[in-house]
Amino acid sequence: MNGLSLQRIGALALRYLYLLRRSWVRIVELAYWPTVQMILWGFITRYLAGHSDVLGQAAGLLLSGVLLWDILFRSQLGVSVVFFEELHARNLAQLFVSPLQPIELILALISISLVRTLIGVGVAVALALPFYGFNLFALGPPLAGFFLNLLLMGWTIGLLVSALVLRHGMGAESIAWAAIFALAPLCGIYYPIATLPGWLQPLAWALPASHVFEGMRAVLLNHTFRLDYFLYALLLNAGYLGLAIRVFLAAVRQAREHGSLLRSGE
Amino acid sequence: MAEPPVIQVEDLRKQYGSVQAVDGISFTIARGATCALLGGNGAGKTTTIAILLGLLLPTSGRIRILGEEMPRHQHRVLPRMNFSSPYVDLPQRLTVAENLTVYARLYGVPQVRERLATLGRDLDIDDFFQRLYGSLSAGQKTRVALAKALLNKPEILLLDEPTASLDPDTADRMRGILTDYQRRSGATLLLASHNMSEVERLCDQVIMLRAGRVVASGTPRELIHRYGRKDMEEVFLDIARGIQTGDVVE
Repeated sequence: MNGLSLQRIGALALRYLYLLRRSWVRIVELAYWPTVQMILWGFITRYLAGHSDVLGQAAGLLLSGVLLWDILFRSQLGVSVVFFEELHARNLAQLFVSPLQPIELILALISISLVRTLIGVGVAVALALPFYGFNLFALGPPLAGFFLNLLLMGWTIGLLVSALVLRHGMGAESIAWAAIFALAPLCGIYYPIATLPGWLQPLAWALPASHVFEGMRAVLLNHTFRLDYFLYALLLNAGYLGLAIRVFLAAVRQAREHGSLLRSGE
Repeated sequence: MAEPPVIQVEDLRKQYGSVQAVDGISFTIARGATCALLGGNGAGKTTTIAILLGLLLPTSGRIRILGEEMPRHQHRVLPRMNFSSPYVDLPQRLTVAENLTVYARLYGVPQVRERLATLGRDLDIDDFFQRLYGSLSAGQKTRVALAKALLNKPEILLLDEPTASLDPDTADRMRGILTDYQRRSGATLLLASHNMSEVERLCDQVIMLRAGRVVASGTPRELIHRYGRKDMEEVFLDIARGIQTGDVVE
């Protein structure tokens, strides 16, 4: 790998910001689903709070879960959807004959993903306060750890899905939307991992998000920050993200061998 | 001592499964030359250009560009090259100015605004700087793509069918722009084209490909003389149809 250039990474981020600046529809689209989810789960919480001991203790469990889940979901889409835009625009060949290095493309994608996630989830978090009197920041400093780990896992899945599409073409695009939902039942967003059948639990604990959501419940129900959950998630993320970067770079190399960079968008 | 060629290709091969797209081609191009890579569809022109750009990895062979080994040192070479093709787009939903700004930053162009103003004037595209790229006509898009290719004042410019799908007037203007750039900068141009009058007008070197092999090379005048034809169009037809193989390069 050669010297990374912040200017080149910034150039690609600028390309996306140009799009965002011009289209209010894109900004609305970013915030739309997180907000709808928040509203839906807010009503469910309100209804269940009177019927559930657990929710009676911590009414924010479901809303915290849904908002944290959206951090994971949005950060994944932030990488994969933006990468697909380059494919749709038949712009990939132009990018790869420029001095841009594949690792810089990855860094640009995750920078853009961060911006998209902050906008999308930020609006829903802000609206939760007037709607339900719910403040996600009440989770306190652990929220920063949850945010970091969910972003890292989202980027990992986003890069793996992008690599898959680079390898198999736009036919695999729908996987970008489906992949993360296949993992959702294992992440323990709304229920503890102990709820899962025994044979599924090791699989669940292999996901960084499971540690995040268990950590969230520890904060909300027991008012303790479980450092072990945080560190496990971080360790798993480091391994998975490193692997995802390698897989993406291998997909780029394979695309160079097969000539698919020239045919991208078809 | 003679200056080494800016492009050196030695026994280059590219195989896709059982298909040999490029089959052991070798050639050199001197600094400041304008060279045409000619051949019928499937002759290996686009594959060769893609390999030179690092978009495609060769199966075997050696390439040196600007004294650097490719694709190993492409990070040193790519900032000094550029590329334009009607088959590769720019983002449709960005304006012309935004597209050029993004690529200027990718190529590390200093004083971006001034460079864009110069190119806008030279290529007569400043009137539609604020229009979306996707809303432009084919001719306008080609000029913008050429502006993108000239952003970094490339020492080597690779052009894949630079005037394809352009009307004769726009095509003529494009050729004028390329000649002017080449004369002013001393850049090396390598273009793949099906337009033989364009080749005769622009190029001082021609490499003819057929089925992934170099089947003839020389100046347009030499080839016309060697094949006993009146222009490059006829030479091209002879070679493409395999009627007369001329100086087959083994």
